[in-house]
Amino acid sequence: MEYIGEHLLPGQLGHLFIVLSLVASLIATFSYFKSAQSKNDIDAAYWKKLARIAFITEVISVFAIFAILFYIISNHLFEYKYAWQHSSRSLEVKYLLACFWEGQEGSFLLWSVWHCVLGLILIKTSKKWEAPVMTVVSLMQFALATMIAGIYFFGWKMGTNPFILLRDSGVLDNAPALHINGDVTMGLRQDYMLSILDGNDLNPLLQNYWMVIHPPVLFMGFASTIIPFAFVIAGLWKKNFGEWTKPALPWALFSAAVFGIGIMMGAMWAYESLTFGGYWAWDPVENASLVPWLILISGIHTLLIYKHTGHSLRATHLFLILTFGFVLYSTFLTRSGILGETSVHAFTDLGMNMQLLIFLLMFVLPALVLFIYRYKEIPTIHKEESTSSREFWMFIGSLVFFLSALVIIGKTSIPVVNKILGTKIAPPEKAEFSYNQIMVFIAIIIAVLTAVTQYLKYKSTGTKVFLKKILIPFVIAAIIATLVLVVGKVNYEKETFGFMVAIWMAVACSIFTIVANASYIWLGLKGKLKLSGGSISHVGFGMVLLGILISSSNKEVLSNNIGGIPAPLDKNEDPRENLTLVKGLTVDMGKYSLTYEGDSSHPKKQLSYYKVHFKSKDGKEEFVLTPNSFVNYKGNEGLMSNPDSRHYWNHDVFTYITSISNPDKSKDTTTFRPKDLKPGDTLFYSSGFIIYENLNKKEDLPVDLFGKDGSLYEANLKVHSKTGSLYSIAPKLAIAKGNEMSLPDTVLAESIVLQLQKVTPDKSITIGIKESNAVMDYITLKAYKFPYIRLLWFGVVITAIGIIISMVRRIRLNRENVSQS
Amino acid sequence: MKKIHIILLVFVAGSIALLISLLNTGSTYETIADAKAMPGKFVHVAVRLDKTKPVEFDAKKDPNYLSFYAVGVENPDQEMKVIYRNGEIPNLMISERLVLKGKYDNDKFECKDVQTKCPSKYKEEMKPTEKSIDQSAIINPAATTSEETKY
Repeated sequence: MEYIGEHLLPGQLGHLFIVLSLVASLIATFSYFKSAQSKNDIDAAYWKKLARIAFITEVISVFAIFAILFYIISNHLFEYKYAWQHSSRSLEVKYLLACFWEGQEGSFLLWSVWHCVLGLILIKTSKKWEAPVMTVVSLMQFALATMIAGIYFFGWKMGTNPFILLRDSGVLDNAPALHINGDVTMGLRQDYMLSILDGNDLNPLLQNYWMVIHPPVLFMGFASTIIPFAFVIAGLWKKNFGEWTKPALPWALFSAAVFGIGIMMGAMWAYESLTFGGYWAWDPVENASLVPWLILISGIHTLLIYKHTGHSLRATHLFLILTFGFVLYSTFLTRSGILGETSVHAFTDLGMNMQLLIFLLMFVLPALVLFIYRYKEIPTIHKEESTSSREFWMFIGSLVFFLSALVIIGKTSIPVVNKILGTKIAPPEKAEFSYNQIMVFIAIIIAVLTAVTQYLKYKSTGTKVFLKKILIPFVIAAIIATLVLVVGKVNYEKETFGFMVAIWMAVACSIFTIVANASYIWLGLKGKLKLSGGSISHVGFGMVLLGILISSSNKEVLSNNIGGIPAPLDKNEDPRENLTLVKGLTVDMGKYSLTYEGDSSHPKKQLSYYKVHFKSKDGKEEFVLTPNSFVNYKGNEGLMSNPDSRHYWNHDVFTYITSISNPDKSKDTTTFRPKDLKPGDTLFYSSGFIIYENLNKKEDLPVDLFGKDGSLYEANLKVHSKTGSLYSIAPKLAIAKGNEMSLPDTVLAESIVLQLQKVTPDKSITIGIKESNAVMDYITLKAYKFPYIRLLWFGVVITAIGIIISMVRRIRLNRENVSQS
Repeated sequence: MKKIHIILLVFVAGSIALLISLLNTGSTYETIADAKAMPGKFVHVAVRLDKTKPVEFDAKKDPNYLSFYAVGVENPDQEMKVIYRNGEIPNLMISERLVLKGKYDNDKFECKDVQTKCPSKYKEEMKPTEKSIDQSAIINPAATTSEETKY
């Protein structure tokens, strides 16, 4: 049967390309494998040629799938489940990409796209490593292709297809209105598409610009971890130990920079869009991406040790295998639904747990087996490193990083343990503190090692030379640290005194890291920036640590409910972070006085913006924050809030809405009573009268909101109450893109609402009047102060710049080596 | 013994100590009856909101005080009063399940943190209802523009 209004061609093309990518990636894997195994050059070249053709076919298919799916979403083809589930007509164009990767299918596709791009670069650059390395990459592409295949395989569903039609997905099966004769046992009505008016929309919390850019960057980070891994496998496979480290090092650095930025962009999103009041909550999803990054950093440091001294090659193998292994483990954790109870923002379960588990094991197990099998053959230096050598302390640092990663992933895996052992361990009372109390010590050790180690030489270092060089930065850092701790008042009294001392030490040590590495650029490297990628990234890392320590330990609750409406409760059990603001009434909040000035609505969505006026009591600061909330959004009850913040160079003021007076507007049963008025006319209400004075038309309206012929009218009226009070009131009427929207105004004291319903050119108007007790308009908000949060973001950027400088230098060195030999 | 071995040993000892400390500070998932049986212990309890009893929250009086009654998910006969001192909980009324984190004390559950599990739109698709379709029609009556006029 043909249905009216469906566009089936894109889906059919999509299916075709999915099958093509599946087959092509399998052929590429096989051909690259044959090429790598070939005994003679002619065979190898033959298979390699075939493999390249297959891989390029795969690249074209993946790009085609991506383009088709995007076409479906951007054209609102709701006959496809993916578009219906993740997008809507009211969604801004900039968020169309965000809904592309809201679902598992789209994000797998994104991952696959990056492998295509990276694979093409590898084909171009990796020369004799191409065949074995690309075998691994192609196999990964095959595994990812199965994730979106949606093929039944002996009754076992493999993957979830993004091109499945809404009518085939089961969504419509129980909707009588869409079936013939309203009977669900009959087929769908031929014109069922007429009833599918809009999609489910992108989750409001993901409607943030960071969600457009964070996933692509993070997935590029994910995707790039396969390359160092593939080089390790290639080395083990071809028994060519150590040589692979040269091409792998720039890739590992690239991965560290992109991956790190991707993670921190997620933190930015959490800070700007979520309301847990911070950028990091040790949520399993955050941990799962941090862990492979930490291990990758360990791997990069042992790679450097190997390059300079020949030590630590075995550890490098392990670290780089585990980096990729934990990327896959993270994928399993966040996509299988196993985190359920513990995570706020894991993907929803698509019933692919078994497939995800196989995906994880099919890469990690063979890699580890191969590593153990070849372990003895991997060259190693039996002479022990001297304790005065740089490599010794670099290795210790890598080990500590690795240990911290294991601790984090161990704690994150508790739901997995519960599942396997049937235990019922839950996160502790202070879940974040349970991480912080460990991580603060890791931070101390890492900060000291990062500060000191550059001043040591490879092999061994003379004690006097070392002490002489480190003395100046040490003294400078000690002075700055003292100043910061005394003046800055880092007093984290929420936990034990011991913890506060640990924080002080960590602050001092991270300052030492910054100073020591910054001075090393001049003391050790004579200011040659090209060579100082390492030092620069360490300076950035120190800033990240310092930013984290200060911003989280000095985070201040501004909305302490003391000056507001009193709550007679014991302070210990009541966090009292909520503050109620009645519209128009100024309330004290710490150094600020706050006024809630009113709300305005998004023209198309149930999204409201709340204007809150902040004024500091010393009169120096005055600004308006407009946090917003989705109210009763598509089946949700209550608010989904987005915070707003005011940025200063040394702190942020951060606020969001926790409740509003009357989210369900329909509860207010009184209706507007219409009345026609000419300028000068009088209108009576129960306790006084209102005089209509004049009508203004506003000019220069924003075209994107109002359209070309939009207009905005404002009626000015005076309310004379019986008690003799006089109020001004100005309801508005907007005509935007052909729609009329009335913006009522209220006199709270008189409990009246006026609505401008109609205007005519001769300035006579129709006013709706409502007298209601429900008009007491208020909001409840929370406000925080985050000090020095910019230090953190700035540190991330510096770290990434440093890593990229190193990467460029390593690529140059590799090229020079090639041209010399 | 090599130096590196000594250092490794220290790390191993350190991590074991950490793990033990973790086990001590941990919490567990319990039923309402169990939570009542161990007052003062921080636990996680999976409950449902008792909609027959009042939910108290008035932001004008105290925006930090919320109280409601909860029944066990698996044992609906177990009930307790819950106090949450951190404002309104979004989606409380439509939640199908709540995971409460806190302590039972003095005939009430002092809830520190709460996680609401809603009938999510994703699950709704799996076992769909007429609602999910009609809703999209009601929510966006203005968006019928192109599709309808085209055919």
